[in-house]
Formats: sequence, C-alpha cells, structure tokens
Amino acid sequence: MNGVDVNKQAANVVVWLLLLAMPYWLPAVGGYIELGSRAVVLGLAAMSLNFLLGYTGVLSFGHAAYFGLGAYGTAMTIKYLYPSTPVAILVGIVVGTLAAALIGPLIIRLRGVYFAMVTIAFGQVFFFIAFRWNSVTGGDDGLTGWTRQPLHLGFATINIQNNPSAYYYLVLVLFTVAVGVMAWLLRSPFGRTLIAIRENERRARFLGIPVDQHIWMSWVVSCCFVSLAGALYALLNNFVDPRALYWTQSGDFVIMAVLGGMRSFWGPLIGAAIYVVLQDYLSSQTENWMSFIGLFFVLIVLFFPRGVLGFIRRKAVS
Amino acid sequence: MSLLRVENVSKHFGSLVAVDRVSMVVEPGELRAVIGPNGAGKTTFFNLISGFLTLTSGRILFDGEDISRLRPARRVWRGIARTFQITEIFPELTVRENLRIPVEVAAGYRVKTWLSRDADGEIRARVTDLLEISGLTDKADRLAGELSHGDQRATEIMMALALKPRLLLLDEPTAGMGEQETYDITQLIRKLHKDQKLSIVLIEHDMRVVFHLADRIMVLAEGAMLAEGTPSEIAANEAVQEAYLGKAA
Repeated sequence: MNGVDVNKQAANVVVWLLLLAMPYWLPAVGGYIELGSRAVVLGLAAMSLNFLLGYTGVLSFGHAAYFGLGAYGTAMTIKYLYPSTPVAILVGIVVGTLAAALIGPLIIRLRGVYFAMVTIAFGQVFFFIAFRWNSVTGGDDGLTGWTRQPLHLGFATINIQNNPSAYYYLVLVLFTVAVGVMAWLLRSPFGRTLIAIRENERRARFLGIPVDQHIWMSWVVSCCFVSLAGALYALLNNFVDPRALYWTQSGDFVIMAVLGGMRSFWGPLIGAAIYVVLQDYLSSQTENWMSFIGLFFVLIVLFFPRGVLGFIRRKAVS
Repeated sequence: MSLLRVENVSKHFGSLVAVDRVSMVVEPGELRAVIGPNGAGKTTFFNLISGFLTLTSGRILFDGEDISRLRPARRVWRGIARTFQITEIFPELTVRENLRIPVEVAAGYRVKTWLSRDADGEIRARVTDLLEISGLTDKADRLAGELSHGDQRATEIMMALALKPRLLLLDEPTAGMGEQETYDITQLIRKLHKDQKLSIVLIEHDMRVVFHLADRIMVLAEGAMLAEGTPSEIAANEAVQEAYLGKAA
C-alpha cells in the first residue's frame, strides 16, 4: 500500500513539474509552445470525458458537442458581444454546461451503446446548426475575424495574444483548477457513489444511490470541464469551425482516454499528449496520418488494455 | 404495528404468473424464511418487495405506509436493504471501501463533496465496527473481488447492514457454500438477528439453516403460498412434505 502511495505522489510531482516547465523544455526537444498548449487543452477534454467514462462507467460519444459549444460560445462572445477573454470563457462554459444539463434528463436512463448512440445524435444536431447557420457561425469556413484579448488583472495587463508562453500559463492555471476540482470530487463521498455505479450499478441502486440522478450530475460536471477545454481550444487557435463539434472529435477524446489509460487519473492527459505529438509529426510526413494513429491505437488496446499509464503503473508495482 | 405487510401481490410476465396473490406479514424483530422448490417465485417475490420489479397487482406496506410504487433507492431510504442470489459487491474496491460507501449513504452524505474531520472519523469508526462484527478486519484492505466466496457473501451482507436497515432481505445467503462457510454465515445472521434485533426475511434452500434460524416459515410453490407457520408446523405439514420436503429427501 505505502509503496503505491509513494509512487502516486512521485507521479504527481513529475507531471506537475513537466507541465510547469513546458515552455522551457519543449522547444529544446523540437516542439513548440502551441503544441504544448494543445496537448494540455485536449488533455483537459479527455480527462473531463474520463470523469464520466473511467470513474462513472458511462461512455459518451458526444462530448464534442459541449466542447464545441464552449468553443463557439467563447468565439461568438468576443466577436459579437464583449471583447474580454475571461467573460468569453465564462460564457463558453455556461453555454456548454447548460446544454448538457438540459439534454441530460433525456439520456441518463440509457445505458451502454444506447447512451453512446444518443449522445452522438445530440452532438450531430449542434454540428449541423454550426454548419448551416452561415451568417452567425461562419458555417463550414468557421468563425474568423476575432482574437483572444489581453488579460486585464487590475494591476497589470498580460498580453496573451502575441506571447504563446503567457497563453500557455493561462491554460495551465485553468487546467489546474479544473483537474483539482475533479480530483477533489472523486475523493469525496459523492465521488465514491460514482465509482460505486461504475463497479456495480445494481448494487449501487440497492444501496440507496439514485443511479440516474448521480449519472446526470457526473455528466454535467464532465461536460462543464469539456466546455472549458473547448473555450481554451477556440482561444488557442483564434478560430473555431464545425469540426470541433463533429462526432469524430468525440471519438478522438475517447481514443485519448483509452490510449493513456482510463482507470488512471493522469492517463487521458498522457493519451492526449501522445495523440497530439503523433498527429503533429505524422501529418507533416503523410496525408494518411489518421491510419497510423488508428494502427497505434489498435496495438495499444491489444497489448496494453489498461492504456500506456496503466501498463507503466503495473510495471512499477511488480 | 407490523413492519412489513404484503397484500395479495402478483407478478405476471406475459402469460406466466410468477407470483400469484401472495400475502405475508412480518413483525418487528422477526426472522422469516421463505422456502419452496426451484421456480416457486421466491426471488421474484423478493424483487417485488425491494422494488427491483414492479407489481402487477396487490400492494406492499412498510411501517404502515404504501411503498408499492416507490423506486428501489427510496425503499432503501425507508429502511429495506437486500442482498442478491449472485453476490453483488464492488469487486475492484477494497472491503473497507465496499463498506464505506453504504455507511456514507446511510449518513445522508451521498452528494456531499466534503466531510468534516469529525464526520470522517465517525464514518471510519462505523466501518471498523462493521468489519469487526463480520470478522473481516484482517481482510479490510484486500480487493473484495479477490476474497473467497464466503467472505464476499459476508461483505455483501455487511454492506446491506451498513445501511442501518429496519428490514434485511437475504436471497439465499448460503448458496454455493461449503460446510464451514455455511456455518459462519448462519452464525453471522443469527448474531444480527439476536444482538441487533434486526428483522430479516431470507430465502434459503438449506433446510438445516432454515430450521435453525427462522421464527416463522412461508412456503411458496408455483408462485402461490402453500403454507405458513412455525418451523415445527411446517415440518408436520403434509402438503409441504409432498411438494417440497418429500422431493428433497
């Protein structure tokens, strides 16, 4: 027991050190800071998905909907309503979370593949709205003509627009808050009811846990943080297009979570980092980069069913 | 007042009548056994009481209130806890965690995101108590899925007990067990019944267990009630012997 705890603490320290120092070491190994920001943003999305998938046992194939709503909410706020980065992020989160909270009651009674299918269907509704509503969303071309705004802190103004490191650290601060809240929830009595549902839904129900209600709550928490990831994604690119809402984007989140290991807290972040780096490298070599990622995914699932981190952890224990 | 009053309940699956107008009254502190041949509708009857299945007709009163239409979780909140014929636990959590979850639910903490030091201490103390009662203390930090069948069974019973139920429903607690395990579980049930004055209804196939534990016995056959009475009355009942005990012997 104690050995595992020490390992866990060590893993936490390593992850946080790597994240904090990213702008210093990533360029040195041939990367660039936006790549790091991308990995952290998508990592947040995958970890949010995993709150539902790995810790409640519910597979959503429609998280891109709330990711995309967060992204569009943020972009449209800056473009049409109010040119402020924090306000835009807040609007993005509220829009995505509200949509999830309202759609939740319609889907939480479904299980397994039925749940996954219906989440895809709802996701596609938002995709088609963004795709068709040219005058507001920019349609297929995406929403351009806006940029993230300087951050006014009262005593100082931080230029996050032309300084990738500054934006990276904004992302990291929000990532830390989001991940901290999720970790804290999972260690609480509420979090244990979610794990109970994952472990054995029937037992959970007959221990007096209203399972559907708790799945709804987990769904809303998960979608809230995926909306935040979407907001940060739009700001990172200064651009958003309907692909952020498309069901293949949802699939990418699932791939990241499974790749890294959905039973480990940091797994999805590792999965996202691997995905982002592979994508960046492979897409500069070949147009068919997706096939290589697919092949890699199949190999991981076949040989390391608990993901990369699950495999490393098992090695560390034995 | 009776603790549980089941009035003329029936359950139909299409044209199959699984439970046919069965009534039962359980008094506080009573240990009632439900016996009958395979396919007699015992488990279905249990599922109706716990809310796993909905009634076709009839009604169920718990503590004088109609619970016929309540969802399972709400019946648990009223004080009805159950175990299953095939053990239902949280296999990848430790025994301690398995017990902690129902203790927290019973304390009303299921949506709490933070516990005070005092509250956390009380929860831990209660889990420790439950471990001691069941004799699982030295296995507390093992994964529940790795325990022997008998210990998993005991864990499941203690999870139900952790809810501080007023009525405990046990579906074949000794199914698939060896001599020693059967004896241990029987002693545990006896202890809960005698020491904690817990009202229990159990389904059981092992007649020694039934006659050792039960205050009263109800016999089901083909979905309907065949007989009801004290163990000695049931042992002397000719219809029961013909339908059930005769075949078993």
